[in-house]
Amino acid sequence: MKFSEIKSHLAKFRVGIAGAGGLGSNCAMALARSGIGTLVISDFDLIVEANLNRQFYFANQIGMKKTLALKENIERTGSATRVIANQIELNPDNIPLIFSGCEVIVEAFDMADMKEMLIETVLIRMPGIPLIIGSGMAGWGKNEYIKCRKIDDQLFVCGDETTEVSEDLPPMAPRVGIVANMQANLVIEILMKK
Amino acid sequence: MKILLNNREEEFDKESFSINELLILKKLSFKMRIIKINGTLVQKDSYDNTYIKDSDNVQILYLMSGG
Repeated sequence: MKFSEIKSHLAKFRVGIAGAGGLGSNCAMALARSGIGTLVISDFDLIVEANLNRQFYFANQIGMKKTLALKENIERTGSATRVIANQIELNPDNIPLIFSGCEVIVEAFDMADMKEMLIETVLIRMPGIPLIIGSGMAGWGKNEYIKCRKIDDQLFVCGDETTEVSEDLPPMAPRVGIVANMQANLVIEILMKK
Repeated sequence: MKILLNNREEEFDKESFSINELLILKKLSFKMRIIKINGTLVQKDSYDNTYIKDSDNVQILYLMSGG
């Protein structure tokens, strides 16, 4: 299949991205470059300097709202992807509304409790919508431990499922980027079957 | 009974036990997790009164901070 055909197929779909940090910003860029029709991106955070070691933002965007900066960066690629930016903190009440109409949802939070909240909400309130989790990507090296696991038809996890971020094991661009791109790759795999 | 725990077959002496018993038995103490039995999410407050039976498919997903 030619890339132009892939792109026109992917243009029919809407994908939700919960979080615009290391996972969300890199995953969104990969999906936009691939030609996804619409990205619904939600995050409440502003860009700080510490984000720049792994997140798809630039030094002159420090202080900006992440969702708006990401929309701007996606537009700079020349991608035709439509970005719906929600500068909002996600919770069990607004998740089904914000992501309604999405064919796939990507979990891209950094905190484990937020990951848990999103997964429970989507599984209970949005049955059947595929959800792709990122879990375990702290530190560096250990390429061979990063994988993708299908839990069932609705739930998938990308990451090593082991390493948690700490002071001695910070999140860094390579491993976070690998997992973010694995999530994007899986989104495309799911959508290409539709 | 035999169950499928994260895609691996495991055998136990008992005929049935609760999710909490399984977590203790297997020393699974990490608290940030999602548990599904036969594809259905089990919520945290039901770990005591949800029972695992022979040939159940139990999936435990650990949620690590970072992203």
